[in-house]
Amino acid sequence: MHEPILSIRGLTKTYKNGPRALDNVDLDIRPGEIFALLGPNGAGKTTLIGAVCGLVRPTGGTITAFGQDLAKDWRKARARIGLVPQELSTDMFETVWRAIAYSQGLFGKPYDPARLEEILRSLSLWDKKDAQIRALSGGMKRRVLIAKALAHDPELLFLDEPTAGVDVELRKDMWQQIAALKERGVTIILTTHYIEEAEEMADRVGIIQGGRILMVDEKRAMMERLGTTEAVIDLAAPLAALPAEIAAFPVELGAGGTVLTYRGGNGQGGGRAQVAALTQALTRAGIGYTSLDIHDSSLEDIFVGLLGQKAEAA
Amino acid sequence: MYFNARSAYAIYRREMARAFRTAFQSILAPVLTTSLYFVVFGSVIGARMEPVAGVPYGAFIIPGLLMLTLLGETTSNASFGIYMPRFTGTIYELLSAPVGVAETLVGFVGAAATKGLILAAIILATARLFVDYEIAYPLFAAFYVMLVAASFALFGFILGIWADSFEKLGVIPMLILTPLTFLGGTFYSIRDLPGPWDAIALANPIAFLVSGLRWTFYGTSDVPIALSLGLTLGFLVVCVSVIAVIFRTGWRLRE
Repeated sequence: MHEPILSIRGLTKTYKNGPRALDNVDLDIRPGEIFALLGPNGAGKTTLIGAVCGLVRPTGGTITAFGQDLAKDWRKARARIGLVPQELSTDMFETVWRAIAYSQGLFGKPYDPARLEEILRSLSLWDKKDAQIRALSGGMKRRVLIAKALAHDPELLFLDEPTAGVDVELRKDMWQQIAALKERGVTIILTTHYIEEAEEMADRVGIIQGGRILMVDEKRAMMERLGTTEAVIDLAAPLAALPAEIAAFPVELGAGGTVLTYRGGNGQGGGRAQVAALTQALTRAGIGYTSLDIHDSSLEDIFVGLLGQKAEAA
Repeated sequence: MYFNARSAYAIYRREMARAFRTAFQSILAPVLTTSLYFVVFGSVIGARMEPVAGVPYGAFIIPGLLMLTLLGETTSNASFGIYMPRFTGTIYELLSAPVGVAETLVGFVGAAATKGLILAAIILATARLFVDYEIAYPLFAAFYVMLVAASFALFGFILGIWADSFEKLGVIPMLILTPLTFLGGTFYSIRDLPGPWDAIALANPIAFLVSGLRWTFYGTSDVPIALSLGLTLGFLVVCVSVIAVIFRTGWRLRE
């Protein structure tokens, strides 16, 4: 097990006259992973990123990056961290080239036009290098922000809602670029409220709500542990009651005895195997069916379920 | 103390580029305003005026007019330079960079001092079209212009961090600096004021700046040059200290 690249302990942030945005957050990020921080709006995702990147002053707790305490050795650590903010904040009158050259210098790197060209080409921005940023489309502006964040070759990159307001095609394109960064060994922490994005990209997922981390786990493990399979079986003839061999499965009879609904499994194949066994049992019992609709729960179902449970508990 | 020269240079270059991008506002507007002052006060009215402290009136007002433009432009430019990134959100990059107060100030203030020097050169070249003058201590004058530009850039920087609206950004240069410069001996010698106004005028710190610059031009001044120099340096130190505290506490920069 590698040392975490970023380690957060007891991080708390209370805004002046405001709510507690972060409440005793503990989090470890492993080198080379893509970590997705999921949460509804106002959950504390951006505050968490801000606290690591120096935009927010934490009220309490410690942050260690690359083994260095950010409160003391912030210079060394920050030189290795990149940030793509949520808002499209760029100097609109600057050209793309000057904007990224500025970022490279600001982070203490020598001017390296070859590297800047490489970055712009990888983000399909090379032919826009002399354009003023204000003349670019929203998606391109976001890529300029990514190029700025990459100009100093960070080892740890924060992407705050990288695909917010981006169309589907561009979003997929962005996912490929993020995957390419991971290939190059960059550790990526992304916040999103598009669960699909986390499902597609992340190695691990953290769920945050009301400034508290509710759960952190491998995406697969989380889906196995919390995922379910749902199968809806339309019966050929209504049933008054379920035979014992069918009632042994996690099933419910509904719609006047014409629909049998299965809910169970682990979302990673276990449920599907059980549904297959259920259909065989139905056949053995002489119960006919006309259609079968089966689906595994997505990360989104898990996420919504988890937040729902939390809201009920509160 | 660690100092990242590349970061400071990046900020310096960006600030200079911003000035050249807005050359009309940064350079042409002050040239036009100064020209108008010279036409009205230097050539037309100045021709009817007695020399002041042995200096022809048209030449006498040059240091004051230069100071008037320099203070206004430097303060506005620096305050705008830090207020706009706060307003648009681009400040995130500066705050997340491995950059401390030293690099930020060297970048911002160095650019302001350079711009001040360029502005002064342009104003003096413009003045040459209207009146004849000689500069007694040109190197000292250049140093003093840079010192004043640096000090007021720092002051503007504080202003840009303090302001939370465009209105506040304009209030200090317009309602305080300009009137104080007008009343600070730009168009007259404070010594010529009747008592007790001559003493009251010295409560105006800008009078010391105008007097100091005038000394570098003509070797004559209302207050000793050492006092002007000391006051400017003192102001610079106070501004640097305030900014150091702002960076340490994150006031209006970090939430």
